[in-house]
Formats: sequence, structure tokens, C-alpha cells
Amino acid sequence: MSEAKLHLTRDTLLGLLHQMTRVRRFEEKCDELYQVEKIRGFLHLAIGEEAISTAVMAALTAEDAVVATYREHGHALVRGVPMRAVMAEMYGKQEGVSRGRGGSMHLFSAAHRFYGGYAIVGGGLPLAGGLALADKMQHKSCVTACFFGEGAAAEGEFHETMNLAALWKLPILFVCENNLYAMGTRLDFSESQTDIHAKAQSYRMASESVDGMDVVAVDAAASRALAAIRAGDGPQFLECKTYRFRAHSMFDPQLYRTKAEVEEWKTRDPIPRLANWMREAGMLHDRDAEKIEAEVTAEVDDAVAFAEAGAWEPVETLTRDVTAEAAP
Amino acid sequence: MSEITYREACREAIRDALKRDPRVFLMGEDVGHYGGCYAVSKGLLDEFGPERIRDTPLSESGFTGLGIGAAMNGMRPIVEIMTVNFALLALDQIVNNAATIRHMSGGQFGVPLVIRMATGAGRQLAAQHSHSLEGWFAHIPGLKILAPATLEDARGMLWTALEDPDPVLIFEHVMLYGVAGTLAADAGPVPIDKAAVRRPGKDVSLITYGGSLPKALKAAEALAAEKIEAEVIDLRTLRPLDDATIMASLAKTRRAVIVDEDWRSGSLSAEISARIMEQAFWNLDAPVARVCSAEVPIPYPRHLEEAALPQVPAIVAAAKQVVG
Repeated sequence: MSEAKLHLTRDTLLGLLHQMTRVRRFEEKCDELYQVEKIRGFLHLAIGEEAISTAVMAALTAEDAVVATYREHGHALVRGVPMRAVMAEMYGKQEGVSRGRGGSMHLFSAAHRFYGGYAIVGGGLPLAGGLALADKMQHKSCVTACFFGEGAAAEGEFHETMNLAALWKLPILFVCENNLYAMGTRLDFSESQTDIHAKAQSYRMASESVDGMDVVAVDAAASRALAAIRAGDGPQFLECKTYRFRAHSMFDPQLYRTKAEVEEWKTRDPIPRLANWMREAGMLHDRDAEKIEAEVTAEVDDAVAFAEAGAWEPVETLTRDVTAEAAP
Repeated sequence: MSEITYREACREAIRDALKRDPRVFLMGEDVGHYGGCYAVSKGLLDEFGPERIRDTPLSESGFTGLGIGAAMNGMRPIVEIMTVNFALLALDQIVNNAATIRHMSGGQFGVPLVIRMATGAGRQLAAQHSHSLEGWFAHIPGLKILAPATLEDARGMLWTALEDPDPVLIFEHVMLYGVAGTLAADAGPVPIDKAAVRRPGKDVSLITYGGSLPKALKAAEALAAEKIEAEVIDLRTLRPLDDATIMASLAKTRRAVIVDEDWRSGSLSAEISARIMEQAFWNLDAPVARVCSAEVPIPYPRHLEEAALPQVPAIVAAAKQVVG
């Protein structure tokens, strides 16, 4: 664990542990619900990667904006989007955060400046640049946090956005969640330069690589980067090295990696890692851990009950929200 | 009234928008220091400065996406893409993001973005700068597609498009930029939801838009000399199509010729023909005819380019055939 955590209070650390646990238990429940066909379509779990979204969201303010990918349940939850509305969206119910129209991959919440989950790899980057451009042109001090996987670094939109953001000094934090596999293609099978944060430097953008399994290290790095952006230093790039413990989606037999590799990474699981460290430091007791688990279980159960009780949108409303006009 | 070119009318529309609304800015390749590939934005950089007249790198997907994000966050960007062929590099942003975000977000976010681009052939620019792909974009729910063919529309459609809460694409035909005429001194915003009858007639409807409108009007003139009164309909808006104006014209003329510089296979002209079948079949006295581009990438030599495109004699011949 990094030195930075020494400056964090017990309450802050408990909060991080609570958020990571929420995301973990929510996604485990989604996995169960998928098996019983309550959730359909694609379901991309970020189990193992929770430290990144948890830490970055903790470092943002409510005025900042967030753009995420199709693996964004945790990002929405930690950002403050109610779990009920997220779960109802997983079901496709009209009480869902996107009225059920988006599903797992397209969570949006205007109230939280959560500008969406985008399912074309790299496609969220230019849009995030535009959010940041608008903030800058309107002389607002907000930052846009843009999450993407390392697979996006192979897309032209990555290059175009990096260049534009650096050229125009846009207030944007690029957060690369490098889980080593673009679906099933290992990083060194797809990139000539596997050091992703070095790519950012080629645009003269400040960048840092951090252990994405260490929530405190990510928090510290994100806070540093955000301070630099707010000071007017332009965009910053954070590469967080992480690992996806589960399959890419629910249709993935994981032929591209060994069980041993997965097990090895599980020893770095960010949740027990933080919990164990806190225990050793005397900041986490059994009753704290039990309390977190109990609260999270209750919240997840409540979210499931809410989604179950939700309504299917009437088919008569099928064509609403295509353009601004009311549906016929 | 003042003498003005289509290009100047486009420029006046941009200038007017920049003056009306501090949220409006223009962004695209060579719109600033160069003055615009087709000189539409010439002089605007000096007048409005580099914050609002933004030269971009050659990153069509990047700056189109920036326009989408800026539009979602309180600005009213005008993105200029040099030519429709280049817009293919921004298809991901236009089709996967701009057109879907309102729906995917359950109505929480809209994209009030205007994208202008040049379209069409006639300048011997060969097969990567001459195509008419607006029909592709008109295929996509969530987009509005405009094709100003007159000075009034070049001057007036932009502001209305900027006031629209959804993404609007404006296609300016390259052969129209130099067209000169008179425009009322108080010319301003025009509606963007109706087709226009540019010349009334009772014998045949020539249905067209954009760069083909002047050709259709010339054909109508030639037909008049042969006692055939052609009605010329300028679609103006390609999505949503103004079916009512088309069908009202057909109720009168009972014959239709669709003139479109796009290819005919899987095209907007096919869509219009299908709608006529669905809505006006029993009014027809003849099969719908189409005058479209030859199914060939637009070639460079002038005589072959001209042969590939809809021309006045072909329109006249098609009209005479359906009139019988």
C-alpha cells in the first residue's frame, strides 16, 4: 500500500471499502440474475477492477462530469446514481436510470453529470473532450473524467482525442483501466507499445501509471492529476493497471488466459487488500466489516425488489425519445 | 434586396448565428486561417477570434465527437466537415453517438449540434470528393437532414437548425456555392419541416433537392416549351420527409419523376418512390421514374463526370415518358 494512505482518515478508508463492496456485491447479484434470465443482452462485469472507479469518483466533485464505457455499473453506483435505478435499468424496466432503453451498457444520469456508458470502444473519448471543451469555453472549473480500457488505445479516436485535448489544454482526466485484455486479445498481441501511459506522453500530456488494485494509490494519483488540471495544466492521463476476474461478458469461455493467471491476480484483489491493511493498522474491526456487508446486502436486496416491482414501458411509447418531439 | 452568392448566404447565416448566441461556435478543418475549403467562413476568424472560429486537426471523428460533447454541455457548435466523403471518418460519432444518445439515455440528454458539409459532384474532383451520400444519413432515426438549394435556405436554415434540440446535418452542394442572386435585406430564419413547390404545374411532379434543383427547374422550362407543365418540388428536408407536400402534388399531376444525384440502388429516391406507392398508388397514371447518377464512382474527366450525373435532357426525357 502506498504512503498516501497515511494521510487518509479511517472514515475515508471505510467509505472506499464500503463503495468497493457495494459494486462487488451488486455485480455478483447481476451475475446471478443473468443466470436466471432476469438480465439479458450483454453483461460486462468489472469484478476485480472496482478500486479504479471508486478512487477516481472519490476524488471528483459533484460539478465534474463523467464519461464511461460499457463496463460501467460501478462507475455509476459510486458516482451516486441510486442502486435501485441502476438495477431497474439492468432489468430494462421504465424505472431504470435510462428508462430501460439503454440497459447494462448505457447508464446515464443527468443529475449526476454521468454522461453515459458507451459501447463502441474509443467512442466516448471525443465526446468527453467536447464536454471538457464546453466547460472551458463557459469558464467553468469542472473537470471531465473519461474512463476507457487499454483496448481503446488502438482506436483512431484515442489518438484524435489525445491530440485535441492536449492541443487545446482541455480540462479532462483520461483514466485508462488497463486490464491487459481487449476482450480476449492480450495487450502484447495488439499493441506495438504496451506501455500505455507512454503514449500519452507523446502528445506532451502528463501521465502516470499506477497500481489499479490499490484504491489508495489510485485515489492519490487521481487527486494529484485533478489538482494539476484545476490549476490549468491541461489534460492528465492516468493508467491504472488492473485485472478482470470474470469473463469479458457472459458469453466468454476465457480460452485466451489460464486459470493460474486469474488466480494469481485474485491475490491482489483490491477489496481484501484494503480491508487487510486496515485491520493491520487497527482501522477495521469485525463489526465494521459486518456492518458494511449487512448494509450492502440490504441495499442490493432492496434494489432487486425495486427492479422486480418495476413496470415494463408500454409498447405504445416505443418511438419516444428518438427526437425531442413527443412520441405519437 | 442585395446581390449575393450561395456561399455568402451561408457565411451570413454563420455570422448571424455567432452574433445572436454566445454559445455558437464554428469548428472544422481550415475554417479559420484558410477561410474554409469552399471559402464559406472567410473573414470570420478576424471578426470572431480563434475561440469561436476553431481550426481543428484532420480528425473528423475527434472534432465531430467534441461537437457532440460540447452540445450536450451547454454550447451550440457548428461543425464543418469539408466534404461528405470525409464525414465517413466521423460516422461512429454521428451514427453511434449523436443519433442515439437521446434514446439511450431515456430522454435525459439531447445533442443540439449542427454539422455542415459539402456534397455532390461537378468540379472534377473524382471518386473521393464528389459523392452524394446524404441519403445514407437520412436513413438514421435521431438525425435531421437538410439540403438548402436556394439563397433563402442557405441563409435561413442554419439558425433554425441551431434552435433544434437534436442533431441536424446540413448538406451544401458544391455547385451551388457560386450561384448568385438577390436576397431580401431582411432575409432570416426559415422553417425546416416543409418541402417547397418551386414551380407550380399540373402535368408531372419533378421531385428533387439540393444541387439538382436548378437542373429540375431548367428541365421544367424546357418542358413548358413543349406544353408540359411540370411542378418542381424542392424537398429541402430529407429527414423527416414532407410526405404531405409530395402526395398533394401527385394528387394534381398523377405523375412523378424523382431527380437525385445519389445512386439509385438503396437510395433516398427509392424511399420516395416507395412512399408514393404506399400513399398515392391509386392516384398515379404512370410508373414513378427516377433520374439518378450512374452506378459508378464519380470519374475525373469532365465528359465522363457529366455523363454520370443527372442532366437536364435526361430529366426532360423522363418527364415526357411518364406524361406519355
